[in-house]
Amino acid sequence: MKRLGATAVVIAIVRRDLRLALRRKSEMLMTLFFFVIVASLFALGIGAEPALLRKIAPGALWVGALLASMLSLNRMFAQDYADGTLEQMALSPEPLALLAVAKVFAHWLVSGLPLVLIAPVLGLQFDLDEPTLGVLVLSLLLGTPLLSLIGAIGAALTLGVRGGGLLVSLLTLPLYIPALIFGAGAVEAHVAGLGAGGNLSLLAALLVLAAFFSPLATTAALRIALE
Amino acid sequence: MIPWFAALAAGLGAAGLWLGLLVAPTDAQQHDAYRIIFVHVAVSWMSMFVYVVMAGWAGLGLILNTRLSSMMATALAPTGAMFAFLSLWTGSLWGKPTWGTWWIWDARLTSELILLFLYLGFIALQAAIDDPRRADKAGAVLALVGVVNVPIIYFSVIWWNTLHQGASVSLTKAPSMAITMLWGMLLMALSFWMYAIAAALLRLRCIILERERNNAWVAELRELTP
Repeated sequence: MKRLGATAVVIAIVRRDLRLALRRKSEMLMTLFFFVIVASLFALGIGAEPALLRKIAPGALWVGALLASMLSLNRMFAQDYADGTLEQMALSPEPLALLAVAKVFAHWLVSGLPLVLIAPVLGLQFDLDEPTLGVLVLSLLLGTPLLSLIGAIGAALTLGVRGGGLLVSLLTLPLYIPALIFGAGAVEAHVAGLGAGGNLSLLAALLVLAAFFSPLATTAALRIALE
Repeated sequence: MIPWFAALAAGLGAAGLWLGLLVAPTDAQQHDAYRIIFVHVAVSWMSMFVYVVMAGWAGLGLILNTRLSSMMATALAPTGAMFAFLSLWTGSLWGKPTWGTWWIWDARLTSELILLFLYLGFIALQAAIDDPRRADKAGAVLALVGVVNVPIIYFSVIWWNTLHQGASVSLTKAPSMAITMLWGMLLMALSFWMYAIAAALLRLRCIILERERNNAWVAELRELTP
């Protein structure tokens, strides 16, 4: 059998995961609508005054993205673990880290990217102006892959463990906090006139760090789960 | 070994508290409210130290596939979590009279809170997995991922503009506090360290007995045979 190159492997995995996700479009849309509902809940719970909404918007939208991202984690590896595909992936000659990264990327395309795309609409609900919306989208664009990468570790650690969603939350949310601080902080800094550059740079730095270390931890956790 | 460490803990604790509560002078600005420093700094140092040691043992267990190292990590976790909680609680008690608030979301307090969550997550993950070996390894991965938080706590007062004061004690410079205060603090830190060792070893004993309960040597122990 011909040995595939690394890029071909990643493309194959991403295509497979996208095809599987598109067969169950409702799951994709569920993450999206959860984000919309949580944002609405924040707005409804805190009050309709525009000035107040503009103040809470960065934090509320980021928390919504965090929760939506976390709830979709169970789709990352669980299905493949249940039907044995993950075991086959671990046995394949391609490095498991590469396959894990491909799965995380596919997960982000399905769960993270829609959040980024709908964020401007939700920002309008919170009465944010255009430049702020831009910073919000940029912060989420950098932040949602970071959330997917960190979440992958939690998802891999809890494969097949009872306690399900709650355990994953307890493990992943503390690790999400830096992303939340810098992501929401970027938008708040922009609104305060200080410029979002600092926070966004730190967010990007976290993304690069996670892109390097998360596959290592995820692969270790996957192998532990598959033993 | 445990009685020795427990005795050391009690002795050092008594000495530290004597120095701290009776000998050390009253602070110029905070009067007597500052005396909680003798507990707060010690437990904070211990919470960070125990996490690093726990992650170290867990990492050893993961890499070398030894069972005892992972059991040591599991034994240390509840003590570390207690220290992290005490750090936050005593800090809160100190903050109210001096800063005017029970809590503030600055870098150091937030990262210490994250440390508490990491401890609880470690304990929860190990509790949720039935197979002890798998639980050991999964916990090790989690502990190692979280160890990056400890330098963040330590350097948070330098990197960010925080309400929490900066470091007055350093390995390279002269301390910026009265000598009796410094000694009281160090003695309390040592006392808590001895306590942590005693408590962890006691817990480790229970873990070993529990995991090895089907082995012959456990059945033959003098203490267990009726």
